[in-house]
Amino acid sequence: MEIPYTVEIRRDTGLTNGKIGIWLFLASEVMLFGALFASYILIRTGAPVWPRGDTILNVPLATFNTIVLISSSVTMVMAWASLKRNRFGTFRMYMGATILLGATFLVVKYFEYSHKFELGLFPSTSNFLALYFTLTGLHMLHVIGGMAVNAYFWGPGAKLWKTNPEWFTNRVEHSGLFWHFVDLVWIFLFPTLYLL
Amino acid sequence: MTSEHAVDHHDVDIDKHVRIYVTVFVALMALTIITVAISRLHLPVHIAVSIALLVALIKGSLVACYFMHLISEKKLIYAVLGLTAAFFAALLALPALTTSNGFWIH
Repeated sequence: MEIPYTVEIRRDTGLTNGKIGIWLFLASEVMLFGALFASYILIRTGAPVWPRGDTILNVPLATFNTIVLISSSVTMVMAWASLKRNRFGTFRMYMGATILLGATFLVVKYFEYSHKFELGLFPSTSNFLALYFTLTGLHMLHVIGGMAVNAYFWGPGAKLWKTNPEWFTNRVEHSGLFWHFVDLVWIFLFPTLYLL
Repeated sequence: MTSEHAVDHHDVDIDKHVRIYVTVFVALMALTIITVAISRLHLPVHIAVSIALLVALIKGSLVACYFMHLISEKKLIYAVLGLTAAFFAALLALPALTTSNGFWIH
């Protein structure tokens, strides 16, 4: 049995099922990160003192990571655009770049975290660090998840391009929406934790 | 009966969209540098928070509108996101309202 509306538009929604599905999922993700941001606001405003982010965290490293993630968003959308232009080879190049940039982000986060641990700074040390590790840790898990999906479409999942290129393009677009959301969360996380 | 395929207006003139993606990328880089530079000024907290969030909002909007194609999406997506925004605002506001030393209860 064929999965319906992967390429055809549903008359009632005006969208493919995958498109509405991914946006509903992203809406749930907004609530997840929103809850943590609300916790941050409440804990910070209720605290008698609160450290500036740049006194504890590495701003240059995080700025580099911000540039890395924004770049990966560009390569992700270029990967989709390549499929729209029927250029599968270019798609693989851009998708590969997206995955590599995601890996770069994770490597930088590894160095950030391990340096904190070396200095004896753990989530249990203070409210600031508890929020920092929770927010960035959850974000990092989303980066890993996004990379796994992207790697599937770069690798074994790319078989679908030969049999149903339009469906494959839509799937890459949906994966891209998730990846852009991960970038969007970091765009808010970076100034909140590191610069304020 | 002909089936209606996902006629995406992005099929038309992808080249124009690619130019937009590059422009947005440059804007995002510039805004990232601006936000870091402003943080170095060590402005009073309320002003620093306002400026940082404003810049983040602009950056986030660029990603959402152009990379996520939200600027040309269907009404149903806008409705879903509108509902999400309302619940998100409530999620931020409710804890502040209910704590005894929250913003609006003294």
